[in-house]
Amino acid sequence: MVPLSGYLILSAILFSIGVVGFLLRRNAIVLFMSIELMLNAANLAFVAFSRYLHSMDGQIFVFFVMSVAAAEAAVGLAIIMAVFRTKETVNVDEVNLMKW
Amino acid sequence: MLETAFFIVLAVATVITAILVIVQRNPVASAIYLIITFFCLAGIYLLLQAPFIAVIQVLVYAGAIMVLFLFVIMLLNLEKEKKPILRHRLSKTLGVLLGVVLLAQIGILFQSVLLGGMPGKFPPEKVAALGNTEVIARLLFTDFLLPFEITSVLLLVAIIGAIVLAKRQI
Repeated sequence: MVPLSGYLILSAILFSIGVVGFLLRRNAIVLFMSIELMLNAANLAFVAFSRYLHSMDGQIFVFFVMSVAAAEAAVGLAIIMAVFRTKETVNVDEVNLMKW
Repeated sequence: MLETAFFIVLAVATVITAILVIVQRNPVASAIYLIITFFCLAGIYLLLQAPFIAVIQVLVYAGAIMVLFLFVIMLLNLEKEKKPILRHRLSKTLGVLLGVVLLAQIGILFQSVLLGGMPGKFPPEKVAALGNTEVIARLLFTDFLLPFEITSVLLLVAIIGAIVLAKRQI
């Protein structure tokens, strides 16, 4: 059987890839995809702990995380569309009106 | 033995496709690679004996959320990023450096903290006897009923918010 640490290391690597993607990219849609990667890394850790600690709570939490991710993607993409309509770009460097 | 082999194949595929997501210039290609990542993760959930989570991973993430992403990319008619992905070499190095530092921190945490706890009420044999989906459903409608109901309100707010934001004139 694969040890728990195997799953946790995979989860940590996925989360770090998400963070690096979020810091490097300038396209708002790709930033959202990086956030989804990070959420999935957290989900993986939840399910792994749920399996190895003999508890179902982790899987229930993953269910809630997924519904929140769906809501976040819907609202976030609507915001991106509204920004694109006024600024004609989704580059986050050019959307800086609220930057001090 | 077979389980380990499956895990290694799926884990390597997950990491490679996740890296491809963040280095692709074309957002459509990023989205497709992200869908492959989600499928690999669904396979890993199956290895962890969580078939319900694996199925909703494919249905909700790979199906619903990523189709939404692809629709928005198509609607916005985005071209490839003309400028190089990264503006400054400094921000690139800093970003990668921060990622590596984060990974190292999590790794150190794994080694130093005793990861464990009290075993819960659902050992694999019991879950296998009752059925994974049935156990989750029973918990959702008993212990987790309030969060479950709040989720429905959250989804309603998200629907209304998305319509209001995406509409040209209210």
